[in-house]
Amino acid sequence: MAGIWVYTEHKDGKVKKVTFEILSEAKKLAEKKGEPLCTVLVGSAVEAMASTVGSYGAQKVYCVESGDLATYTTSGFTKVLCELVKQENPSIVLFGASVNGKDLSARVAGRLGVGLATDCTGIGLDDAGRLQVRRPMFAGKVSADVAFTDATPQMASVRPNVLTASEPDTASKPEVVKVTPTVKPEDSMVSVKEVIQTGGEKVDLTEAEIIVSGGRGMKGPENYNILEELADVLGGVVGASRSAVDAGWRPQSDQVGQSGKVVTPNLYIAAGISGAIQHLAGMGTSKVIVAINKDPEAPIFKKADYGVVDDLFKVVPPLTEEVKKLKSE
Amino acid sequence: MEIICCLKQVPDTEAEIRPAAGNGEINYEGVKFVVNVYDEYAVEEALKIKEKLGAGTVTIVTLGPERAAESIRTGLAMGADKAVHLDDPAFLGGDSYVTAKALAKAIEGMNYELIFCGMRAIDDDSMQVGHILAEFLGLPSVMGIVKFELSDDKKKATVHRQVEGGTEVLEVPLPAVLGATKGLNEPRYPSLPGIMKAKKKELKPLKLADVGLSEGEVGKQGAMTKVTAFSLPPLRQAGKIVEGDTPEAKAAAVAKLLREEAKVI
Repeated sequence: MAGIWVYTEHKDGKVKKVTFEILSEAKKLAEKKGEPLCTVLVGSAVEAMASTVGSYGAQKVYCVESGDLATYTTSGFTKVLCELVKQENPSIVLFGASVNGKDLSARVAGRLGVGLATDCTGIGLDDAGRLQVRRPMFAGKVSADVAFTDATPQMASVRPNVLTASEPDTASKPEVVKVTPTVKPEDSMVSVKEVIQTGGEKVDLTEAEIIVSGGRGMKGPENYNILEELADVLGGVVGASRSAVDAGWRPQSDQVGQSGKVVTPNLYIAAGISGAIQHLAGMGTSKVIVAINKDPEAPIFKKADYGVVDDLFKVVPPLTEEVKKLKSE
Repeated sequence: MEIICCLKQVPDTEAEIRPAAGNGEINYEGVKFVVNVYDEYAVEEALKIKEKLGAGTVTIVTLGPERAAESIRTGLAMGADKAVHLDDPAFLGGDSYVTAKALAKAIEGMNYELIFCGMRAIDDDSMQVGHILAEFLGLPSVMGIVKFELSDDKKKATVHRQVEGGTEVLEVPLPAVLGATKGLNEPRYPSLPGIMKAKKKELKPLKLADVGLSEGEVGKQGAMTKVTAFSLPPLRQAGKIVEGDTPEAKAAAVAKLLREEAKVI
């Protein structure tokens, strides 16, 4: 029966935004291909999320439930997903390019012996109805158009914040298919001992809609509070350049760039970042870029939509106040 | 402990990358090649383990063109003991799937208790080879590790894996394929004596027939995906410099632009 599948990413009982983005785009592909749009929910108690994914166009929702799937492990999830794929033969399977989505899709591609394109920024179909994607390479220095062989399913992971989620239609009711997987604890191959939360309630940089980043111009770790305050009023998160991370001012998980995270927020504010090629590669596809830097020759200004040539310590605090004012209007 | 490190040669992060004429390939003219940074963390961790245990062998396994031998020598100069180079034009031009397949075939016959790789290569950014390699070898795989601790009996390891908003602590039975990322260690620079010694270390080239695969199973011919065209991302329009007599005035102006023109806040 084929079908276009979207693997649903969820955390704490909530579906992640990237899944809505992919479903909205995949719906168009499904219509073009004349195949149903389906989604797979894997976990210990997932059925409650079925209607949510249905409202974004999923006609059929496979709920793969087991107590042994309460915690994500690459091997455990690969096993149940591959078994379902082999049984149902979808033509295309799409994942969110999150940490787990990239892991799972790679292992699944290996087991099924099919093609996978990672971290795509565009998905479509070629003349033969096969998946065709566009993805950045070399941290975004070039884009590559990628074609697949006839082997199915053709698979891709899709970068968050790139595709646009459509408005949900709460009237649509998907068909729910319960799947009881044959999974044992040893199928996980590894055991998750503990998860240490460091980000609190804040979203990860790769999923953030607004990022306020600081570089060497911040002069020291103690000064990042002004960026935290600006990020807070904007509802964003704080990032850092490589030099700030290498200096030990910020954790490695905050690093934006070629050897850190590639981000695509709606708004990227770079404070005291000169704009090394590796940094520009990591944030160049942000929708709107603001650069604040004393040095008018800083390369970051060539990428910025709005440049402020001034001392960041004199610009950022009043900017925070201005945003507060605008938001309260 | 017998440790294998997968190492890839990639363009330097400073390099400007452009499509070649016809857009079917990358123009590597004038580009400097280096060891993939994530693989440096892999080699460093393997060396640290060997040094701590005071015994063992670190073997580098690389798939790549002839020029990749230079990066293999860098790994040997850091302190790895020997290397295997899948050096046959038939291996080239493939995707992650066939690359992992060839690496798995080469590693299959080797003696190993642990396999390290970089969590990703900074050229194709596919982040697949480690997992697919593990799949071919029937091993667990964990990518993006920032901490590694070997158990006393050397049968398992506790690793920290970076995830969104935190760190996962996992126990992994060995052998396993582990993908290193920044934060795991500080890779050493090859010393001068290290560089001299590296020249004499074993670097074994492997041809297609040596790994028991045929031309249709690897490289361009065996690949499941293919890049049909490269393009440069759209150039950003030169933006505007926000004017103002004081920093406060500039701050007010930029806030207004973000609200009214860009509509992002």
